[in-house]
Amino acid sequence: MEAFTTHTGTAVPLRRSNVDTDQIIPAVWLKQVSRTGFEKGLFAAWREDPTFVLNDPSYEGASILVSGPDFGTGSSREHAVWALQQYGFRVVIAARFGDIFRNNSTKMGLLPVVLPAERVEALQAAVEADPKLEVTVDLGERQVRWAGEVVAFEIDDYTRWRLTEGLDDIGLTLRHADDVAAYENGRQPWLPTTV
Amino acid sequence: MILKEEIMGRTLAEKVWEQHVVRRAEGEPDLLYIDLHLIHEVTSPQAFDGLRLAGRKVRRPDLTIATEDHNVPTLLGPISDPVSKTQVETLRKNAAEFGIRLHPMGDAGQGVVHIIGPQFGLTQPGMTIVCGDSHTSTHGAFGGIAFGIGTSEVEHVLATQTLPAYRPKTMAIEVSGELPAGVTAKDLILAIIAEIGTGGGQGYIVEYRGEAVRKLSMEGRMTVCNMSIEAGARAGMIAPDETTFAYLKGRPHAPEGEAWDQAVEYWTSLRTDDDAVFDKVVHIDASTLTPYVTWGTNPGQGLPLGESVPDPESFADPVARSAAERALEYMGLRAGTPLREIEVDTVFVGSCTNGRIEDLRSAAEILRGRQVTTRTLIVPGSMMVKRQAEEEGLHEVFKAAGAEWREAGCSMCLGMNPDTLKPGERSASTSNRNFEGRQGKGGRTHLVSPQVAAATAVTGRLTAPADL
Repeated sequence: MEAFTTHTGTAVPLRRSNVDTDQIIPAVWLKQVSRTGFEKGLFAAWREDPTFVLNDPSYEGASILVSGPDFGTGSSREHAVWALQQYGFRVVIAARFGDIFRNNSTKMGLLPVVLPAERVEALQAAVEADPKLEVTVDLGERQVRWAGEVVAFEIDDYTRWRLTEGLDDIGLTLRHADDVAAYENGRQPWLPTTV
Repeated sequence: MILKEEIMGRTLAEKVWEQHVVRRAEGEPDLLYIDLHLIHEVTSPQAFDGLRLAGRKVRRPDLTIATEDHNVPTLLGPISDPVSKTQVETLRKNAAEFGIRLHPMGDAGQGVVHIIGPQFGLTQPGMTIVCGDSHTSTHGAFGGIAFGIGTSEVEHVLATQTLPAYRPKTMAIEVSGELPAGVTAKDLILAIIAEIGTGGGQGYIVEYRGEAVRKLSMEGRMTVCNMSIEAGARAGMIAPDETTFAYLKGRPHAPEGEAWDQAVEYWTSLRTDDDAVFDKVVHIDASTLTPYVTWGTNPGQGLPLGESVPDPESFADPVARSAAERALEYMGLRAGTPLREIEVDTVFVGSCTNGRIEDLRSAAEILRGRQVTTRTLIVPGSMMVKRQAEEEGLHEVFKAAGAEWREAGCSMCLGMNPDTLKPGERSASTSNRNFEGRQGKGGRTHLVSPQVAAATAVTGRLTAPADL
């Protein structure tokens, strides 16, 4: 996983709510068996509309997506995270996220930042007024900063540590292999196996 | 055996969670043991690649089962799409390499992953079950904690049989009263989602409780728990009871003899204590419900079938208003149009939400002796469901009515196989998501119960069975 400490970049406002993972990456793209090439499928249907915000050249190169509430609802497809990252996003800011999407993001090093709805709106308005506005997302300080504004966000210490170190969860769990083996010895005897 | 001391005042979710904690440390998520890992072809290939890259094995292939469902065609014959074919073949290679039981296309046990687990008796009360699929919440109907995960977590479970996770908060949805005749589990869950919204369950495990829930069959309970994720909740669950035990008894992987008795004794303890406190409680009166249908592009945008397409101006919240405006534009609907006047091009009965035998029976009951006037796909959720339906002669009813009787798979629920809507086409669908383009690019979806789907197939517009 790519480590995340602090990121400064420009942002793009996505003024839509309930941006489900079917919109982020339509199902037809899920047939791939590799982990790469998903940027082409990001918001594939919406990008066909020339007025869609990602087609606006003034937001070219943006690395922070600022969305309406309930971003990443629906399907568990991690391809949505891969698509956003491969397109160039490092951070998504919204008032609420789908639980599975949020979880998937933190496994991959895409930072989901929850801000109060009115702060999200303020940031969207600021970016619309100045698409080249520099926005800093500081995971160490748990802050989003732009144009003199400083807004705090919450993230648990453990996830923050894992993200800043870029640690692989599997490696961390395998350190506790003895605990897993001990647990397995005590499992209820009637539990099913698939064999 | 790690049987925790009986502590007063715990919810069902807390009991099941505690039973599965492998390791707990201050400031860290719990390490949770996973009793059953379900695999399908779409979300697993990159996870198996990750294992190979790191030289890791699958820790418990004996707690893992795979099936082919999302890509499979529902007409007999090989997969014509080369990309789909590669994905399915990749699963076959991975299952063989890592020693995982697989039910491939054509196998008598093949079917939608959330249909076959319960049918085999692999889904049991008190278990933790995961799958790289958000509708894993279905399995919570048996009183376990079951939730969808992404591909990184699939890899984690394959390698370790555990997941690090923080315990979600708990929500009770208390459904009092009785569902009126003709109102189904699907209508209940659509009404719940309309009530609490697509974000209402975020951060919670939902326990569905109350008289109306107790009276649901296991299949109805699965329909309700299946769509928990559409209310934002990763997991939904229902305490096991006699209905649960009766469903399980005698299934291939259910315990037998003394083990059955032991299991039932434990399962009986899996209920929320009377003095337990939920973080949130929602009340729904089942007796006031009528058939529900969605009009928009998220599952929370639903109304009773007797209502009309809402006016976006009627929403006080500006976010809901703009979402409604956008939804009406996408759906090609005008505010004020009675929902019953909406004409559809296609009816789809199937999916992990409503592709079980009871769903097919209730659709057949309505189609018996009638003719469909629109393209109607009846897709059993598994080959076992298909066989049972054919033994009962339901396929003859569907065919006589002019509906298409298909092979098992996810089919038009998400259109990864050839079953899709064309741009602008409109469906009445028993599936779970009405997202833009979900059933095919530009397609428009109205979520309904199997009964409403069947009645709609007869008239060509959204219809309740009582209207026929």
